[in-house]
Amino acid sequence: MTIQLNGLHVEIPENIRNVDDLLKHYQLENRIVIIELNNEIADKSKYTELPIADGDKVEMIHFVGGG
Amino acid sequence: MSTTRYSRQELFPPIGKAGQEKLKNARVLIIGAGALGTSSAEMLVRAGVGRITMVDRDYVEWSNLQRQQLYTEKDVQDKLPKAIAAEKRLREVNSEVVIEGIVADVNGMNIEELVKNQHVILDATDNFETRLVVNDAAVKHEIPFIFGACVASYGMTFPMIPGKTPCLHCLINHLPSQNQTCDTVGVISPIVQLVTAYQVTSALKVLTGNEIVPRLQSFDIWKSEKAEIDVWPLKNKDCPTCGSSSTFPFLAYENQTKAAVLCGRNTVQLRPGFERTITLDQLAIRLKELTSEFIQNPYLLSCTYEEFRLVFFKDGRALIHGTSEIAQAKAIYHRLIG
Ligand SMILES: [Zn+2]
Repeated sequence: MTIQLNGLHVEIPENIRNVDDLLKHYQLENRIVIIELNNEIADKSKYTELPIADGDKVEMIHFVGGG
Repeated sequence: MSTTRYSRQELFPPIGKAGQEKLKNARVLIIGAGALGTSSAEMLVRAGVGRITMVDRDYVEWSNLQRQQLYTEKDVQDKLPKAIAAEKRLREVNSEVVIEGIVADVNGMNIEELVKNQHVILDATDNFETRLVVNDAAVKHEIPFIFGACVASYGMTFPMIPGKTPCLHCLINHLPSQNQTCDTVGVISPIVQLVTAYQVTSALKVLTGNEIVPRLQSFDIWKSEKAEIDVWPLKNKDCPTCGSSSTFPFLAYENQTKAAVLCGRNTVQLRPGFERTITLDQLAIRLKELTSEFIQNPYLLSCTYEEFRLVFFKDGRALIHGTSEIAQAKAIYHRLIG
């Protein structure tokens, strides 16, 4: 399926069903991440319940410490 | 000289002559004089900000020269502290600006003295703990704190305005167990410049009284990717830093990283003040490539990095052998763990 991730159209595997799967796909599950799904911030405690569907608009920002 | 020096900036309508006058009377504190700090400082000094204070605990090394724009080979040879080398160079750039370089390790015990009378604080540190310390002081003293960070080709920024935006503590509700740092995954200069371009723009807006858009932004300059989130919904009314009954936990003595010099052993022990569980297996993946004489067992991980022998324990504690200087030990710890 295709989603709009950080402004770019990206093809992601069909087995990604929810926000939690998406985080794991990008290996960000152990990081501090803020996710906006279709213009609403996703609740951290509900990642597995928030479905990802074709055409969704996702903004995903992970924190880094360098500088 | 002074009449034409800032003419191009005064011609820019949102700043104008009135804004330039405000900049002249402004005081900015920059926490860190590494890549982000040197870049921001040079822009602000050229822009004619009245007074700039830079604080840093480290000295200049060869691996800094690729991106830390104020330093020269001579600074490395002289092993100059970054705050001193930066101060010297910035005075050459603009003698009208009062520049103060302070060689110090920023922590919850000294930050309140540092932020006193400042109008804006720019983030240029290399670890989360210091950022949360600065965030506490910024909220407590109601000073805008412009967060910025980068590794590899990725960077992020967020202008934290006390009372108007969530604070950094609202966004990061715990210390990450470990992080990619510039010393583990590298960094390229263009992302440094992109992050500071946003940070300095935010600072100029705050200082000249222009409206600021409080959004968390991230960029990957290599992949040409950009994200932006309105984080207002993350404002936590019970936040220990900016909530209704705040306690400013990162300013408390018991929550500071405790460092102890182990007498006669040329070793410093570091113990994080906040609970921090280190995943030794994950740390091992990165450290294996960067270090030598690598040993891991279920309890600890030991390796040699530069001329130091390092031992990391699961509870976040670390022993840095080969130095009896606390600031140097902390610098190494944050470089590798973030
Ligand atoms: Zn807060």
